[in-house]
Amino acid sequence: MSKPVLQVTDLTKIYGQGEATVHALRGVSATVHRGDYVAIMGSSGSGKSTLMNILGALDIPTSGRYLLDGVDVSKLSDGQLALARNRLIGFIFQSFNLIPRTTALANVELPLAYAGVKPKERRRRAMEALDVVGLAGRADHEPNQLSGGQQQRVAVARALVTEPALLLADEPTGNLDSKSTDDVLQVFDDLSTAGRTIVIITHEDEVGARAKRLIRLVDGSIVTDVRQSPIHLPPVGAQHKAQGRATVGGRHTL
Amino acid sequence: MNFFEVVRFSLRGLSANKLRSALTMLGILIGVAAVILLVAVGNGSAKAISDRIEALGTNTITVMSTGRGGSSSTALTKEMADALVDAELAPDVKSVSPVVSSSSATMTYEGSDHSVATFVGTTPSWFAASTTPVGKGTAFSADDVDQGRRVVVIGQTVAEELFPGVDPIDKQVTVGGALFTIVGVLQEKSSTGFNDANDTAVAPLTAVQQVLTGYGALTSIIVEAADPDKVDAAQSEVSTILNQKLDVAASSASTPYRIQNASSLLETQTETADTFTTLLGAVAAISLLVGGIGITNIMLVTVTERTREIGIRKALGAPRRVILTQFLIEASLLSVLGGALGVAAALIGSQFEIVGVKPVIVPSSIGYAVGVSIAIGLFFGGLPAARAARLRPIDALRYE
Ligand SMILES: Nc1ncnc2c1ncn2[C@@H]1O[C@H](COP(=O)(O)OP(=O)(O)O)[C@@H](O)[C@H]1O
Ligand SMILES: [Mg+2]
Repeated sequence: MSKPVLQVTDLTKIYGQGEATVHALRGVSATVHRGDYVAIMGSSGSGKSTLMNILGALDIPTSGRYLLDGVDVSKLSDGQLALARNRLIGFIFQSFNLIPRTTALANVELPLAYAGVKPKERRRRAMEALDVVGLAGRADHEPNQLSGGQQQRVAVARALVTEPALLLADEPTGNLDSKSTDDVLQVFDDLSTAGRTIVIITHEDEVGARAKRLIRLVDGSIVTDVRQSPIHLPPVGAQHKAQGRATVGGRHTL
Repeated sequence: MNFFEVVRFSLRGLSANKLRSALTMLGILIGVAAVILLVAVGNGSAKAISDRIEALGTNTITVMSTGRGGSSSTALTKEMADALVDAELAPDVKSVSPVVSSSSATMTYEGSDHSVATFVGTTPSWFAASTTPVGKGTAFSADDVDQGRRVVVIGQTVAEELFPGVDPIDKQVTVGGALFTIVGVLQEKSSTGFNDANDTAVAPLTAVQQVLTGYGALTSIIVEAADPDKVDAAQSEVSTILNQKLDVAASSASTPYRIQNASSLLETQTETADTFTTLLGAVAAISLLVGGIGITNIMLVTVTERTREIGIRKALGAPRRVILTQFLIEASLLSVLGGALGVAAALIGSQFEIVGVKPVIVPSSIGYAVGVSIAIGLFFGGLPAARAARLRPIDALRYE
């Protein structure tokens, strides 16, 4: 098998000093291979976001090793880190984190601009990405003109527009209603079917059930790590949808 | 990502935050315009003062009596004035004009009368020495003085008051019960302070003494030096002669007369005006500082939002250099634009009189004001951005 997309060994993260010390991570080790769709679950405060931020190269661990695509992240310079965030990782925040007073299209174009893509090409690819999340019609809307679900889908489009090897999502559906949740999860299922590697944090069981692998965190440690479906097949959600489509198609031909 | 694109990013950032951009620019604009204008007002008033003094003639010396009650032993007399015209003892003196003046003369013409502010009796050389040329008609002659002819040259104000729409030349007016014939009208003169320099009339010394002031002491003697550089020499020659005439010991510190020359007046006045300009400059600098604090305030208020934005940009893979360049360009565009508008506002404002003074722009004040405002803009716009760009993305995102 090819080298893993990400591999963490004995990660710890300690916040604060003295009395106020918080052990957010207590020695987490895991390996994620290309094409996997991993859900991380755990109660609030169990260290999920802390782990995710380290995986996204947004934060650094107190100790432990993190290999991203075989490269030790702690050894990267500031410029190389920026490059890694731009090319290898697509990060989706629970709180969307779109740039205010800036159109959806401009928000999605941003990572491409930092990648040095020419304006025309940038625009085309950003429109494509918005189309994937079903928001091509809202391209020139600013974040405050979009619903929470739509904002999150813009954030998803922004994360996948650079076609990163690794898609990280921290409770992407945490602030969404069930309809928007379905929309966003559908996008993840499609991306997983297309072969992308996805790590998603959630506290909703039905979200975790759609992933190929489920990791449970308790108090900063991994307690269970279960494979739910094979890594080389599309996720269960996508299979359902595919069947549904076939049925619909069948009715049409009748 | 090339530089041109970063500039576009900056412009987009500025237009996405229009109110903030406008307020920042307004702060810089006001600060810059205030400094330039206030300094210009100070400079303008200084220039106005020196212009007026120069208009008095830079190569004239005025001798005035300091003696009280016109006591004959200290009074300036016609003989003393005549003694000053001496090619040997006073080679640097070009002309001497004895002056008597009355401030209570009323001039009457065909039933309308006008009280002349200063009625001067002197000799023809006075017109050149006091730089008060005749505009229309002629001055009186030395012969008129010798004969005590009753002719008079009147100022613009007098002409307008007594002869509205009528040519005053050759008209006869009554002053102190005597008839005077008008031979000329003085050129219009810019006024010094509260006195209307055009509310005047000039007649032969002898005629004025006979009709108005009597043959007592002179009010002053105006001495014209041969050359502006010879003013000091002429002044010492004049005082030597006067000391002799008035029996003042050479060692005596006090004299019964006072000598003023325009250049010494100019010096003290310029000093005063410089103090004034410095004071206004200080006030302006404070206003620039207050403007700067305003800018700083606006920028600091938005630091949280900007830091979060920088966190997002870093998470998306923006290199630190690109972020820094973007925010520095934003800050410098604002301060340069605000500074330029401030200069424009000051230039427009300087076209108008401000509290009676025509402002005269001091070029260095433009450089100073713009420099300081750009420095403030760059520092307080760039510093928080530079700090945020160094943060780990997650810390920038959590910043509050
Ligand atoms: N910046 C921080 N400073 C101090 N403590 C923190 C910080 N971020 C998280 N923590 C603590 O670390 C623990 C794990 O937090 P987090 O990873 O956000 O949990 P989760 O995302 O699973 O809810 C919590 O106890 C939280 O209080
Ligand atoms: Mg969390």
